[in-house]
Amino acid sequence: MPHSLSPVEFRVPPVCAVALETRAADLATRSLKKQAKLQGLRLAIAMMDLTTLEGMDSPGKVRQLCQKAMRPLPQRSDVPSCAAVCVYPDLVETAVEALRGSTVQVASVATGFPAGRTDRATKLREVQLAVAAGATEIDMVIDRGAFLSGRYGKVYDEICAVKEACGAAHLKVILETGELKTYDNIRRACRIALLAGGDFLKTSTGKVTPASTLPVVLLMLEAARDHYLETGRIVGVKAAGGIRTSKDALRYLVLVNETCGDLWMTPQWFRFGASSLLNDVLLQLEKDRTGRYQRPVDFSAD
Amino acid sequence: MAKDPAPISFIQDVARGRVSSARLRRRHRCGTVSAMPVPVPKTYKLFVGGKFPRSESGRSFQPTSNPAINVARGSRKDLRDAVVAARAGLAVWSGSAAYLRGQILYRLAEMLESRRDAMQRELQLGGLSAPLAKRELDTAISLTIWYAGLCDKVQSLLGSQNAVQGPFFNFSMVEPTGVVGVIAPDSPSLVGVLALTLPLLAGGNSAVVLVSESAPFAGLALGEVCASSDVPAGAINVLSGLRSELAPQFASHRDLDGLLVAGAPDAALTQSAADNCKRVRFCYLSAADWSKVERLRSLTWVEPFVELKTLWHPVAQ
Repeated sequence: MPHSLSPVEFRVPPVCAVALETRAADLATRSLKKQAKLQGLRLAIAMMDLTTLEGMDSPGKVRQLCQKAMRPLPQRSDVPSCAAVCVYPDLVETAVEALRGSTVQVASVATGFPAGRTDRATKLREVQLAVAAGATEIDMVIDRGAFLSGRYGKVYDEICAVKEACGAAHLKVILETGELKTYDNIRRACRIALLAGGDFLKTSTGKVTPASTLPVVLLMLEAARDHYLETGRIVGVKAAGGIRTSKDALRYLVLVNETCGDLWMTPQWFRFGASSLLNDVLLQLEKDRTGRYQRPVDFSAD
Repeated sequence: MAKDPAPISFIQDVARGRVSSARLRRRHRCGTVSAMPVPVPKTYKLFVGGKFPRSESGRSFQPTSNPAINVARGSRKDLRDAVVAARAGLAVWSGSAAYLRGQILYRLAEMLESRRDAMQRELQLGGLSAPLAKRELDTAISLTIWYAGLCDKVQSLLGSQNAVQGPFFNFSMVEPTGVVGVIAPDSPSLVGVLALTLPLLAGGNSAVVLVSESAPFAGLALGEVCASSDVPAGAINVLSGLRSELAPQFASHRDLDGLLVAGAPDAALTQSAADNCKRVRFCYLSAADWSKVERLRSLTWVEPFVELKTLWHPVAQ
């Protein structure tokens, strides 16, 4: 396990909130039409981690979600599969079985999701179990209590330990930006996650409001870009929680392209964590094909 | 420096942001501004989901009855937004007790009554003389009261207990059709909207209404009345715009369950509406019929947009 870094390493330049929010709002006004819009919508589907993280999840529901992720609109072959299905660790096995032979990955939340309030050994055990069950991506939550009380080294060590427990699986680090309160804190948390070797920065669990917002994702994209320029290592970004409409999704894609460029415009380096977003995108695609506004009940819930 | 009161044109320039703050300060200092009543011309907006948005398209048009006034020209995207709002409004409206719906519609009538002057002005803007405007308003209020009273009687009047062979109770229950589009007649501009929409609301439906193209003022002002009557957001949505542009969009929208059109039957609309088995009704009334209140108060207006669900229940021994 890597030893703790000096606290100096976790220092970040302060964020200008006004500039950040203005830039995000400015990019949000860009309008995508016709072919560009359709291509954006298809890309959004390919970037989607179709998610179900409820206490009432059952194997049946997960199997259905897996079907939906593989063929979001069965009658149309031009609609791509989603990137992954995201579930709780105990349902990883079900998902792996249902997705066998497809390109869709299985992501599992772990480390005491969503609050992360368990001891380190339990967190690591949970990660190992999820990986052993076949998860190829692990979504961990950082210890916000430690972060907010200034114990950055503890947060860093924990991410390092989880990364090691992941083995070959991709590690997404959930910052839960809604609980970090300030942009400076978010930038610092990004820095810690990047130094500790996270493969993805993820905004939120989806259980806290506010979840993903445009300025926060812009800030994270900038952190990922700067890290790439500094070290040559690409780190992905996942916007999760509160993204429900196609319009929102397209706005995020504009942010990605304007901040990080083409390199990040692939499911490998940018993801949406969402559940209801997929159906809204399908509504738009079908509207385009038929010329008629669609009826939401015509699309399967999961 | 001017000592006389500021002219109306000056106040209007202030409202439009054409007066520099230095000039305004000078005027204020000599006390000629504060004494003036400020004319506030109304911007006619849509009523969608309990809010008053401009058209998403940013367009406006000048109704033929009064070309001096700009009115929001709704687009198909406004219709899309209105249907989303109406779908949400349907759950609230059809989920509330029929008795409560009746009370809310009664309050709608109260609000119309207390806004008589304003509504009459809207009707006159649409080209009616004062006596005609007053008469139309009378009809509108009396219609509203009637349908308010009807709300909690629809179930008993249209539903039934059926005689069946065997030890069963057999009930036919009345349910709303769903979200219904209404294309109101060009004239009368207020009664036309109410006579088509109130029966839908009494049946528990939510409505998206396209008001008169040539005189949209009273129809749009109805949104203000609804907003102060406890009508749940989205239960009634009011759009203005060009009928030729929007009617085909109403017909083709797959999330509208019904369509009620004032005017002669139109095969193209019916054909387009068939895509999602939308229920379509045309009603063609003469000008004389539109002014007969007893012609407009009838259960037959409610009937086309309710569904009957039949339940079988074993008779307890």
